[in-house]
Amino acid sequence: MNSIPDTLTADAPARVKIERTGKGTTLSFVGVLDVVGTTPLWNRVQHAASNVASNAAASTISALTIDLSGVTSCDTAGAAMLLQAERSHPGPVTFRGAAEAVDTMLSRIRRAALLPQPSPPAPPPGWHAVLQDTLDAAADGFVTLGEVVTAVIRLPKRARMFRLNDLLRAADEAGVQAIPLVALLGILIGLILAFQSLVPMRRFGADIYVANLVALGLVRELGPLLTAVLLAGRSGSAFASEIGTMKVNEELDALSTMGVDRITMLVLPRLLAAVLVMPVLTALMELSGLLGMTLVLTGSGIAPVTVMHQVALAVMPFDVLGGLLKAVLFGAVVALIGCRAGLVTGVGPRAVGRSATTAVVSGILATIALDGLLALLFYRFGI
Amino acid sequence: MAGMVSVDHVSQRFGTHEIYAGVSFEVSRGEIFAILGGSGCGKSTLQRQMTGLLPPSSGTISVLGHDMYGATSDVLTRIGVMFQSGALFGSMNLLQNVMLPLEMHSDLAPDARAEIARVKLSLVGLADAVSLLPAEISGGMTKRAAIARAMALDPPLLFLDEPSAGLDPITAAGLDRLIVDLRDEMGITVVLVTHDLASILAIVDRCLMLDIARAGVIAQGDPRQLRDHDSDPVVHAFFHREMLPT
Repeated sequence: MNSIPDTLTADAPARVKIERTGKGTTLSFVGVLDVVGTTPLWNRVQHAASNVASNAAASTISALTIDLSGVTSCDTAGAAMLLQAERSHPGPVTFRGAAEAVDTMLSRIRRAALLPQPSPPAPPPGWHAVLQDTLDAAADGFVTLGEVVTAVIRLPKRARMFRLNDLLRAADEAGVQAIPLVALLGILIGLILAFQSLVPMRRFGADIYVANLVALGLVRELGPLLTAVLLAGRSGSAFASEIGTMKVNEELDALSTMGVDRITMLVLPRLLAAVLVMPVLTALMELSGLLGMTLVLTGSGIAPVTVMHQVALAVMPFDVLGGLLKAVLFGAVVALIGCRAGLVTGVGPRAVGRSATTAVVSGILATIALDGLLALLFYRFGI
Repeated sequence: MAGMVSVDHVSQRFGTHEIYAGVSFEVSRGEIFAILGGSGCGKSTLQRQMTGLLPPSSGTISVLGHDMYGATSDVLTRIGVMFQSGALFGSMNLLQNVMLPLEMHSDLAPDARAEIARVKLSLVGLADAVSLLPAEISGGMTKRAAIARAMALDPPLLFLDEPSAGLDPITAAGLDRLIVDLRDEMGITVVLVTHDLASILAIVDRCLMLDIARAGVIAQGDPRQLRDHDSDPVVHAFFHREMLPT
């Protein structure tokens, strides 16, 4: 007899004694087979049950006997362990000595285990499915754009669905409340750009041209771009979250059943607010940046009036207008992407968060892509 | 009695999975009609089709003589819909919620809109809660406010999705009373989705039962008759709160 020298006492936590003979294996349990008592036994029991055949004579499959006479109680975890041992044993299995309550629990869990099991989860989608989803999402984006254009055309007939209060609230949240952040970021960007440019330019005696460099960079590129990134982070995500939460709460369905066009009521105010506040925020970002630059240059011995003079020489009106035009377009793109992310919010607790993330990431990516396209167009037309 | 809702051989599939097929029924004016069935049998889906939120995979649905999917606001204003969650607009108080349909579809002055909304909220017992936000009220009050909003434009037809779900029996009974009063006093036809047995037997005139296993209608008629005389095992189990024989 090949026995494992376990000491079995009724007062101890659940224990198992494994006895192997030429005829088979006996697993003798003692104690409470609950989730706590089962945990240290599980692997040993399954191992002993599944490896019986290899230890037995090659021509016969040995029997497994599960002795439960020492078990004082058994919960679903204990029953699951015993039934898994029964299933994993290739030969006959006999239960003996089970108290009535333990036997009842075993029967109940055995019946439950016989019910159809759920099919395994679908494998993760392949690259073609991901590509298809991406193309579908892009197509849906154009559908949303078409819906917005249609809503704008029909706006005179649906004027009452366009709520001025929503426009003002969105403008306040996306614009007025962003002023301190935009101003701070502008000053810091101006400081950094001026300082980083000043060091190499001074080596060539060209420190005065730092004003030209920074001003042009801010007005033509960085001002609109950074403001759009801020808008995507602050307001694009907020638009997606607000509308996404409404979707999850069936508020969008409620609007539909009331005959209210959701694009007119929810998207247009936010879109218009973003388009209105973006040029203002961009101008603020640029002025703040120029202020930051002036501080650095003044500190390096260049008079503020000289800096302003250089800026006036470098920056032409079409530079400013081009930057503000970009700001308007960026605002529209960020707002549209944010609102669309909200409208297509899925179900489940993570859906709104995912929509907000999509709004920020897609908003920034689309803004940069559009900026590249506009840079090409401006170059092509000599602006 | 004129037909308010006519559903003719409607089916719904999601991918290859058929939820139900061949569903046909009519709802007459002044009826309280219920769509019954176990969880997942497609009750709410059928209601979404009737309210124009989802096109049927096949078959036709006519509500007040119109195809609801893609219906214009002129048609949509003639139905009221209460969603299971209430779907009240979280940024608006109860008065503003009820005023919204009036604001969207009428030329009434703001004072008049507010007065009508107050009357609707009073009808459902929420006269003193007009300035509360949806987050500040109980589940029963949410359902009542949602019914008030659904009634804002005095539609002849109300769709209610699980009106008593999640409510205590006393509140649910009060809501049942309200639904009967709306029908009796205002002539509103009510189509409701529910599996609340007490409500069904208390207020429903006629019902239709869907079954997930058979993907379609398994019974139609007076719920009390179905309870007492229908021999279908699923119908019997439903009305007697029994487990299905295995």
